[in-house]
Amino acid sequence: MKLTIQVNEGPYQHQASDSAYNFAKAALDKGHEIFRIFFYHDGVNNGTRLTTPPQDDRNVVNRWSELSKEHDLDLVICVAAAQRRGIVDDGEAERNGKDATNIADGFRISGLGQLIEGAVESDRLVVFGD
Amino acid sequence: MAGEIKKLMYVNRRAPYGTIYAWESLEVVLIGAAFDQDVSLAFMDDGVYQLMKGQDTEASGMKNFSATYGALGDYEITKIFIEKESLDERGLTLEDLQHLVWEDEDDDWAERDSIQLVSRTELADVMSGQDIMFNF
Amino acid sequence: MPILHVVNKSPYEKNSVAMAAGYAKDGDTVLLIEDAVYAAIKAGSASAKLSGLDVSVLGSDLAARGVAEDKLADGINVIDYAGFVDLVDTKDSVQSWL
Repeated sequence: MKLTIQVNEGPYQHQASDSAYNFAKAALDKGHEIFRIFFYHDGVNNGTRLTTPPQDDRNVVNRWSELSKEHDLDLVICVAAAQRRGIVDDGEAERNGKDATNIADGFRISGLGQLIEGAVESDRLVVFGD
Repeated sequence: MAGEIKKLMYVNRRAPYGTIYAWESLEVVLIGAAFDQDVSLAFMDDGVYQLMKGQDTEASGMKNFSATYGALGDYEITKIFIEKESLDERGLTLEDLQHLVWEDEDDDWAERDSIQLVSRTELADVMSGQDIMFNF
Repeated sequence: MPILHVVNKSPYEKNSVAMAAGYAKDGDTVLLIEDAVYAAIKAGSASAKLSGLDVSVLGSDLAARGVAEDKLADGINVIDYAGFVDLVDTKDSVQSWL
């Protein structure tokens, strides 16, 4: 089964990111393919490398980065939603005159078309949100 | 798989302005139009409020995006389902909502209604025929 | 085409459990995750909305919330994330009632 996953909420505020992560891991463990994980609305906040969660709690951002690296996942942050919420990579910093970047490893910023493409190319779209 | 047209449904259940979901979901619909899939929009629960006429956001300071619904016909969005039970519960009728149309190029650009008022049972049938449901 | 209806909000907070129940047809499954697992509690008024439906509930979310499995309404299947993945596979589409 080829899957696209949509994550609508940011880390910690809602369980959506946790549920999506656990679902993604279970799917990979079963040998399914994850075509793309698309982060929309406040979900883009899963892609900032500047979080410092307490040591005794899960590190939501880092574990996405690790999962991405381990399985060569395509973690896409919506550019329009990212611009609104201040998730910035080198390209966005240059284009929009920002003096810093904050994108986490394993994520890339791209357009909404990537979500539609994911849905069209996959067997299933699973949405996690509030 | 490649080249096969999918049935995509955008499910809208939230009111506009109180949260961003209504607007950001419309942004997906507009971009999605370029993919030439078989698209439907469904409005139920508080999503029906998105289509109310006469939205004036000036005093609130928020961006008024309600005109975008009127442009959906130009993006070849021809199937907009509104759940009757949700309208009734909220004391609304189609008269309270924008009249959305599309132009049928196969019929000399005749104007056709995009909105179909359907019962929950009918909309459940439509939903069961879809390949993908987007939720926001 | 059968649908997997995934619900994640408590039935006492939002109407999403009721909507999922209203939209579920024969052959569909309703999966309760996150705060929606409270709908599975037999003694709660919301569980009546699920009667007659094929309902699964995510065990890890029950456990997190201290809901013992013996408190659940009859006929509800407790599953794990592997079971969640299988449900997505065996149904034809997924509707997330957020």
